[in-house]
Amino acid sequence: MEKVNIKINNESFSVQKDLTILQAARKVGIKIPTLCYLKEINEIGACRMCVVEVKGSRNLVASCVTQVSEGMEIFTNTKRVRDSRKTTLELLLSIHDRKCLSCLRNGNCELQALCAEFLIEDDGKYDGEKPGYALDQSSSHLIRDNNKCILCRRCVAACANQHVAVIGANNRGFDTQIGCAFERELNFVPCVSCGQCIVNCPTGALRERDQCDDVLDALDDESKHVIVHTAPSIRVTLGEEFGLPIGTNVKGKMVAALRRLGFAKVFDTDFGADLTIMEEANEFVERLKNKGELPMITSCSPGWVKFCEYYYPEFIKNLSTCKSPQQMISAMIKTFYAKVNNIDPKDIVVVSIMPCTAKKFEITREDQDAAGVSDTDIVLTTRELARLIRRSGINFNELPNEDFDEAMGISTGAGAIFGTTGGVMEAALRTAADMLSGESQANVDYEEIRGQDGFKEAVYNINGIEIRVAVVSGLKNAAKLLDQIKNGEKDYHFIEVMCCPGGCINGGGQPIQPAEKKNFDDIKSIRAKALYDEDKNLPLRKAHESPIIKKVYSEFLEKPGSLIAHKVLHTSYVKRDKY
Amino acid sequence: MKKKLSNVPFNGTEEQKEKLLSFIKDNKDEKGSVIKILQYAQDLYGYLPIEVQEIVADELNMSLEEVYGISTFYAQFSLVPKGKYNISVCLGTACYVKGADKILNKVKSIVGIEPESCTPDGKFSLTACRCIGACGLAPVMTINDEVYGRLKPEDVEGILKKYQ
Repeated sequence: MEKVNIKINNESFSVQKDLTILQAARKVGIKIPTLCYLKEINEIGACRMCVVEVKGSRNLVASCVTQVSEGMEIFTNTKRVRDSRKTTLELLLSIHDRKCLSCLRNGNCELQALCAEFLIEDDGKYDGEKPGYALDQSSSHLIRDNNKCILCRRCVAACANQHVAVIGANNRGFDTQIGCAFERELNFVPCVSCGQCIVNCPTGALRERDQCDDVLDALDDESKHVIVHTAPSIRVTLGEEFGLPIGTNVKGKMVAALRRLGFAKVFDTDFGADLTIMEEANEFVERLKNKGELPMITSCSPGWVKFCEYYYPEFIKNLSTCKSPQQMISAMIKTFYAKVNNIDPKDIVVVSIMPCTAKKFEITREDQDAAGVSDTDIVLTTRELARLIRRSGINFNELPNEDFDEAMGISTGAGAIFGTTGGVMEAALRTAADMLSGESQANVDYEEIRGQDGFKEAVYNINGIEIRVAVVSGLKNAAKLLDQIKNGEKDYHFIEVMCCPGGCINGGGQPIQPAEKKNFDDIKSIRAKALYDEDKNLPLRKAHESPIIKKVYSEFLEKPGSLIAHKVLHTSYVKRDKY
Repeated sequence: MKKKLSNVPFNGTEEQKEKLLSFIKDNKDEKGSVIKILQYAQDLYGYLPIEVQEIVADELNMSLEEVYGISTFYAQFSLVPKGKYNISVCLGTACYVKGADKILNKVKSIVGIEPESCTPDGKFSLTACRCIGACGLAPVMTINDEVYGRLKPEDVEGILKKYQ
């Protein structure tokens, strides 16, 4: 790449020609504050926080959208620049609902952090008329409070990047607000509940529907047997909430914390993932042998399933009928576990810890009630769990490492990698390969479908059968793939779709990292690596080799795809109207 | 100003829909054609209700919100139909200093709607418009093509009676 010579704050540098001023400055260790900028997703130069002086330019320029050029002289820290940024913040505050103490994002708000950085003395300096918006509390997964919105449009960009685009800027000038078409509330537009808007919001304008109190109430209720299970990706992200480096696996401490919160059993959703693999691999082999509907598409990701139902209903027949791992393990708790332990399923409360806001929606779906009661009762996101732990006075970082409860706490590496893009496919192939060949295959590493690329393809030869697979994450990539299939350009046997870019490790319920981190660090890869490390270090790598999986099939489920397995572990889908 | 939404039932015809679809087909490949298409649709229907915006969104492969965002950004687009009688009260400078706000308030209280909206029966719509170039007659109000000048608030009731 061609280089150009520039000066930043009177120091000379040679930098790549295609960089923006913001990126170039970062490369040489100079931080420029941003608010609206999200790399590759929202590059609109709107918020004016990243302004810098460029010699020869009359006005301050937005460094996030201005490319460097030969001989450019840039000043990032002059009085003019500082004053401008400070005024920008003061103006943003003039219509901001500044109830920071009662805000869910207190301490993790990008606006708050910048105000501290720029020493805003008078937060009401430009106070005037305030719009006074009503809260949108219509959805099961999130709450929008536009009184805390700074109109950075990061949520809008994240939604468009998901090919959903149900939120946008309506009206203009002082009346501008982020909302849905024809001022409908979010629950009445085709939102897929992925929560990418929340994790990209710099302030408290968007937040998950917090259900910590529901969990505490259940734990206090002595007539209830409260069980918790945690999704594969939680163990590698929860630590971030307690100041640990991104990618730290805190499985042992997480289990210890949950036990101290008072749950009767702490299970691993990975067991549900192993079950999903048994059923899904079997379904795939059946479809392959009996010339069933192909490609078969995974159905673990409830945001993706809802997207399919709204936007590509012609592919509903291709969705695997398997419930998601969350719903499989919950269904097993309310049927098998309840039976073995002689507990009325009505007295069991199943709490799941998920990286996902769409999971809050998933548990309200039809046909998710194997025991006649809702499979899962309460879903908490990673963020809510962290809040619950903090509120309960548990010193997380000093907890000992503990193991999941047996029974449904033993799982394999196959279940572990469900949390990242490519993981479900790889886990399914490990089992499908053994099923198709009738013997244990030595290869368990399907490297071609690993990595954070949003669109991956591979061809595997299993027992003489050529299997074409595709792995996509992010609904934009899913839409691209489905369009190509519709046009006849592509043809596959098996497809894995994860709703969020990068999969569950980047889910809408995960710890919120500031844009600063997202723009310059590869958070997704670091989190994903922690899952592959877990897989590598587990003694069992294939779902069907798990002793507990063998046990539940021999004692309860008979065999994959059996009548009882269908009753407990499979579900159905509906076409949804967009308007 | 924040755009108001229609509370009048949509009564577009198949013929209008066909015209719109054919116009979209001819123009959809042009970059930025959405504004042109919305202008055409507004000429065709008189306003841009949800039913019309859904057609535009589907045909252009955009989300309804993207279309709606555009329709609420530009002042030229209206989301409410014009009534059988469209009352425009001029709020230009000359009319304003001559008390146009009082005329507007009087009209509002009689027909019972805010500016940029339409009565549920579709009879009257109300617009607060900019200077219409009849400053010599300030304050001025028009009802369809009829112009009423040098108004006093007490004149309004009698004028509106003619249209009841």
